[in-house]
Amino acid sequence: MGANETNVIGRAVRRKEDARFLTGTGQFTDDVNPPRHTHAYFLRSPHAHARIVAIDASRAKAAPGVVAVFTGADLEGVNGLPCGWLITGTDGKPMNEPPHPVLAKGKVRHVGDPVALVVAESPHQAKDAAELVDVDYEILPAVVSCVEALKPGAPQVHDEAPGNRCYTWSLGDKAAVDAAFAKAAHVSKLDIVNNRLIPNAIEPRAAVASYNAAEDAYTLYVANQNPHVERLLMTAFVLGLPEHKVRVIAPDVGGGFGSKIYLYAEETAMVWAARRVGRPIKWAAERSESFVSDAHGRDHVTHAELAMDAEGRFLAMRVHTTANMGAYLSTFASCIPTILYATLLAGQYTTPAIHCEVTAAFTNTVPVDAYRGAGRPEATFVVERLVHQAGVDMKLSQDEIRRRNFIRTFPYQTPVALTYDTGGYDACLDEAMRLADVAGFAARKAEAAKRGRLRGLGYASYIEACGLAPSNIAGALGARAGLFEAGEVRVHPTGSVTVFTGSHSHGQGHETTFAQVVASRLGIPVENVDVVHGDTGRVPFGMGTYGSRSLAVGGTAIVKALDKIVAKGRKIAAHLLEAAETDIEFADGKFTVAGTDRSKTFGEVALTAYVPHNYPLDKLEPGLNETAFYDPTNFTFPAGTHICEVEIDPETGVVEVVSFAACDDFGNIINPMIVEGQVHGGLAQGIGQALLESCVYDAESGQLLSGSFMDYALPRADDVPSFKVGTKVTPCTHNPLGAKGCGEAGAIGAPAAMMNAVHDALAAVGVKSLDMPASPHRVWKAIRAARA
Amino acid sequence: MYAFELHKAASVADAAARLAQTGGRPLAGGQSLVGAMKLRLAQPGTLVDLSGIAELRGIRKEGTALVIGATMRHAEIADAADVKATIPALADLAGGIGDRQVRNMGTIGGSIANSDPAACWPAAVLGLGATVVTNKGRHAADGFFKGMYETALGSDEIITAIGFPVPRKAAYVKFRNPASRFALVGVFVAQAGDGAVRVAVTGAAPAVFRCAPLEAALAKAFTADAAKAVKIDAQGLGGDLHASPEYRAHLIGVLAARAVASLH
Ligand SMILES: Cc1cc2nc3c(=O)[nH]c(=O)nc-3n(C[C@H](O)[C@H](O)[C@H](O)COP(=O)(O)OP(=O)(O)OC[C@H]3O[C@@H](n4cnc5c(N)ncnc54)[C@H](O)[C@@H]3O)c2cc1C
Repeated sequence: MGANETNVIGRAVRRKEDARFLTGTGQFTDDVNPPRHTHAYFLRSPHAHARIVAIDASRAKAAPGVVAVFTGADLEGVNGLPCGWLITGTDGKPMNEPPHPVLAKGKVRHVGDPVALVVAESPHQAKDAAELVDVDYEILPAVVSCVEALKPGAPQVHDEAPGNRCYTWSLGDKAAVDAAFAKAAHVSKLDIVNNRLIPNAIEPRAAVASYNAAEDAYTLYVANQNPHVERLLMTAFVLGLPEHKVRVIAPDVGGGFGSKIYLYAEETAMVWAARRVGRPIKWAAERSESFVSDAHGRDHVTHAELAMDAEGRFLAMRVHTTANMGAYLSTFASCIPTILYATLLAGQYTTPAIHCEVTAAFTNTVPVDAYRGAGRPEATFVVERLVHQAGVDMKLSQDEIRRRNFIRTFPYQTPVALTYDTGGYDACLDEAMRLADVAGFAARKAEAAKRGRLRGLGYASYIEACGLAPSNIAGALGARAGLFEAGEVRVHPTGSVTVFTGSHSHGQGHETTFAQVVASRLGIPVENVDVVHGDTGRVPFGMGTYGSRSLAVGGTAIVKALDKIVAKGRKIAAHLLEAAETDIEFADGKFTVAGTDRSKTFGEVALTAYVPHNYPLDKLEPGLNETAFYDPTNFTFPAGTHICEVEIDPETGVVEVVSFAACDDFGNIINPMIVEGQVHGGLAQGIGQALLESCVYDAESGQLLSGSFMDYALPRADDVPSFKVGTKVTPCTHNPLGAKGCGEAGAIGAPAAMMNAVHDALAAVGVKSLDMPASPHRVWKAIRAARA
Repeated sequence: MYAFELHKAASVADAAARLAQTGGRPLAGGQSLVGAMKLRLAQPGTLVDLSGIAELRGIRKEGTALVIGATMRHAEIADAADVKATIPALADLAGGIGDRQVRNMGTIGGSIANSDPAACWPAAVLGLGATVVTNKGRHAADGFFKGMYETALGSDEIITAIGFPVPRKAAYVKFRNPASRFALVGVFVAQAGDGAVRVAVTGAAPAVFRCAPLEAALAKAFTADAAKAVKIDAQGLGGDLHASPEYRAHLIGVLAARAVASLH
């Protein structure tokens, strides 16, 4: 496209950010090197559960290059790390919220729990000295499984949480569900494990903390997805610092997938220590540390049942889930298996009654929190595995069982609290079936059978709630923060624009997508728009990036600010053109007197605002700079159908993903290339969960067995096929962009589609049920057991 | 990583002298050793870098053997016309190690000296009955790989080359660990010029080993069905997150059959 083209909505504009990433000139936290900085190393617990009898840091303090050593006892007056969401249990009581000390106090509760912060002149000196911190541990029995943790006699992770219970919570009308089950013609049932995942962003977590004595102020560079929230939680809840004295900058960030939303112990301890040390402190996690300190994802154990009439119409669903919280409540941990999970159990279907009970348990494992999809992949996995089973049980094809139950009238009130504003589920299913060439599947299966291979086809028709969230609804559900977004549009005198957004970009391409929104609205070239994010010192406020909310909420805040810019521009133009404000129209970058050819360009108006020689100064302030905060009125509901085709080698158990088709409805699309990239990444992660990834702890010792890439299998390019993706559009009805969000869909739909395909293939040899990941060993064992 | 001294050796004699003096360790491609040092699992005070020693390079035919210099890199071997023409199984094996970065750095000598239980090269050395040539003498393949990360090499002994007898037929089939992509099980099958069959298995036990039942069956009939009919005992095989001993035993038979099938 031409450089001066301005109507760029829906265009595959090349990503503005890629030039710096591809030429190695990105500026990540570890690239920040303030003068005189020191280096941090965190000594971590080697044990899953132990009492700290004594810590002696004297040898470490005397080691070469050591500046300081801090342990839990030194952090006097420092509070524990907070949880941002209060869940109230079925019993009406608030969840159990045991303290989460920044550095361990009294006990360590998971392998990797930080015990001491060593500050030295070099990273190696800090690490060497950490080996000299003498910690006397009394090892305690450990529990790693959430099901085991709830059994009587299990080791107690926290005294404050008897029986390791964080909460038991429920949603839905139990009586209605029981009644529907009582009269059902058929009930399909499943036991499901949603495997624990380790996020593994390409850039490990990192931080650089400094204290400026002259200003009595702190600066923290941190690899984080929401710097304002990081600052708010750290200052107000943990360190008791004045918020305006702390600047948090999240510069270029190399991926997060949720794991960089949270306030972590490391950067908190470093901000505290920066003042004590009087020099900046820098830390970058080693990959091995990431495995034991970045919040993990998923880890649910579920029993689910679906009641149907004789024609396969869904009557009710009943779900019991146990969720692993890990050793402490991470920032949003409590809302993931509840608010972001149970509310999605209606899926795309008219199931009239749903009841879900969730028990969250503490264990001696790394805390679990939101990970790409956050609750919604877990919900989709339950619903779509169950629907697959229902299709099998009712002898209906997989598209037919879905079509019989699709929601087709909107708005639609589900029995689990949400109101879907719009959608078109048949269109996505039809298109996905076309992309997947379902019609040719029988022939492909027969051909594979001739080669001794098993082919299977799996569907997942998912829905997600994105665009978090109406603050009042979130507040009523226990959120301890608002979920609006802020945007500022600064028009410069020469008509170019800098946008400041509270949404953070760490792979999503906001600098391009948001620039497209602004350029189109103002009728200026994309090149004339820069997007600034990730700095509490520059951006007015922000709630950050997660839950596929950036365009729907962050983008809308920018649109609201643009509305104000245009409104003011109209006033200025009216003055210049000596016309009534109501007669001024704004289109294609020009303010025009309606019905005439008299106009002023956007650039002329901008210049006038800053050089106000001929300007209504008595009625209007000079300048052209507007800020808006936007709080959504509803969630957005991206939805679609994914269809996966696998081929299994029964001799070795190897599952090959031979085809993957996805048709998604993300509402209006600003940049189809970026959307496709987001879908590809999400699908790869979803396939990773279904096929490869598995976080495994030793049940006895609580040691992390999958603690490196030698044992934790991330998907590689050759593990996934060339994706066939398509989109259908029903615009979101309640934001001006009509956008719903696309960042998580792939990871939400793919695991269920893949496992349904695996089950479809293995049905031929009598395998009934298989948990993720469908590794060769597991598939081989299942086939062998079924044949025996 | 702990601090260490680095010596760049000019010749094998220089390297051997340095090793004897310092008690240090040879550094070849660093693809195993440097990783272990970063994890602080290895902490040599001195590294003697072999990469600049001309005597350790090159690929040549010597009589009936193909001789590969110890610091030849996996990628060089995978691409070498001589190797592809004489023992294509070696080029295949080398081309299937790790990723391109690893292949561009890692060496055959380093892999053999390291004797990682899941490494590929030991299967070729044992499967072909190769000779490991060092600055102190020659080791027959049988008896060289003693256990996990353990070989018959003395403390300051340096591998200089590996001599592979050229077989009539040979193939290596690797079943990749889904995470590390080392061999979950790898089977090297070779039929020598005189018809003798050797089958070496890597990834399945603390060290690479020869599989006598498969060798016997394939000596009688060099067919995939003959390999498939052999029942492999799981006793003594390794079990971990990715495979039980039974699964490994099963894979040995399957992979051996596939290796033989690929040669017909
Ligand atoms: C990501 C990754 C994937 C990998 N995948 C595979 C795989 O699929 N299959 C596989 O087989 N391997 C794999 N490897 C290992 C790789 O092949 C290494 O190259 C090999 O194990 C060691 O060779 P090196 O030249 O790097 O040796 P180094 O790491 O330099 O040394 C290894 C050991 O050998 C000693 N040594 C080196 N050269 C000599 C010599 N000439 N004489 C005596 N001692 C010597 C060293 O002192 C050290 O103890 C992988 C490695 C990585 C990092």
